[in-house]
Amino acid sequence: MRDVAIVGVGMTRFGELWETSLRDLFVQAASDALHSARADHLEAVFIGNMSAGQFVGQEHLGPLLVDHLGMVGVAAGRVESACASGGLALRTAFVEVASGMSDLVMAAGVEKMTDTADVTEVLATASDQELEAYHGITFPGLYAMIARAHMEKHGTTEEDLSWVSVKNHRHGALNPKAQFPAEVTLEAVMRSSMVADPLRLLHCSPVSDGAAAVLLCPLDQAKQYTDRPVRIRASGLATGTMALADRKDIAVLDAVQRSAQRAFTMAGLTPADMHLAEVHDCFAIAEICCVEALGLVAPGTGKSAARTGETALGGRIPVNTSGGLKAKGHPVGATGIAQAIELVEQLRGEAGARQVRGARIGLAQNMGGSGASSVVHIFEGS
Amino acid sequence: MPSPRYWREVPSRFRLEAVRCRRCGKPSFPARTICPACRGTEFEQIGLTREGTVITSTVLHVAPDEFAMETPYAVAIVETPEGARLMAQLVDCEPSEVKPGLPVALEFRLIRQEGHGGILCYGHKAVPAGA
Repeated sequence: MRDVAIVGVGMTRFGELWETSLRDLFVQAASDALHSARADHLEAVFIGNMSAGQFVGQEHLGPLLVDHLGMVGVAAGRVESACASGGLALRTAFVEVASGMSDLVMAAGVEKMTDTADVTEVLATASDQELEAYHGITFPGLYAMIARAHMEKHGTTEEDLSWVSVKNHRHGALNPKAQFPAEVTLEAVMRSSMVADPLRLLHCSPVSDGAAAVLLCPLDQAKQYTDRPVRIRASGLATGTMALADRKDIAVLDAVQRSAQRAFTMAGLTPADMHLAEVHDCFAIAEICCVEALGLVAPGTGKSAARTGETALGGRIPVNTSGGLKAKGHPVGATGIAQAIELVEQLRGEAGARQVRGARIGLAQNMGGSGASSVVHIFEGS
Repeated sequence: MPSPRYWREVPSRFRLEAVRCRRCGKPSFPARTICPACRGTEFEQIGLTREGTVITSTVLHVAPDEFAMETPYAVAIVETPEGARLMAQLVDCEPSEVKPGLPVALEFRLIRQEGHGGILCYGHKAVPAGA
């Protein structure tokens, strides 16, 4: 396999972007990525998208989106793994380049969620339709069950959950691309309306529109496009049981553990080698479970990591410096690519007020459903 | 949900039909072709006992449209004596009183009404044991 680098990035602001269509979101992010690398061609495009068919009634995104990019003819297709679709697109592009199949490939993600009223129902299609959605459960509900199991096992409290939101909003306030670039107080989080007990509105990531794109090429060709390539050291993809009821331990995201183990093995690194991480905080409890499953904190200590500042900017292992899904926004298919972009900016030293000093190695973890799929990528700056 | 699909799921929804792997003994609900634990393909048909224990739960305050009139309602993962786990609404009690370890009975109930077709979709809901 060839070493692979990211040489260009582009993303839209995340938010309720009423004036922009799915195709225009993609074109904006993809054009920015091409310009940033001074690239005028592509060999392939992989588009992470969870559910354009349900959100805007549009399937067949590959040809549609390269057509609008002015690149008819380029190999293109959509990849899907619910909210991990972006991460899966990145992995697909990584393999395409690493294998020698193509030399300049785009991994993109896009989701247009505000064109439909039925967002909760569409997202629930990432759960088991026959065993879960049938009984009226929602995604906040599934993660609420995980939260209660974590509380039962580790003594995690509603305040612990709330500190995750406070921390991520503090980070997001420094991110001009974030949907909610504003801080929230602990009291505001704990007083926000109940969605699925114990998860309140401010424990939940929002409904968002947005797109993100990165350009990949072999590391030994990277200098054609940038002075500061960021190498993808490893990619780990894993699955867990689709139905939450079938997990051995409902408080443990075992697919995240497996995807991390695969990535660390491939890179020859350990969690202690990471200088920062973007993790899939679709709900506050997800960040707590993910930092434990990734090995970034000791098992059972995820609950206090945000409160003590261990995972905050300036802490031992800053997590979600972008603001995470909570504050930056969560256009589901775009999230995995946006995470990679935060890593690229950090490892290039271009993250401005969010910069983690001396950051050279970091990971991004993107998750689908109630944790039934997970993708981990490890990045290294040059 | 189109009606052929609903009809196809009747054995598990109405009768809680499940299978137990002849090789490793793991129960699967609903029935599967391949055992998720050992990849065995020989099964014994079993029916789940209509009782169980709450493993974890939540109370939904924001629900999909077709369940919106029912909020707040509890949903739980219930384990039956056979070791099978299933998701079910927990009704006939204060939603806030649902806790892990709560013994429940599984009762045949109306679950939802299918879109504009109006087909009534049944299944099982949990109620506190002895309620």
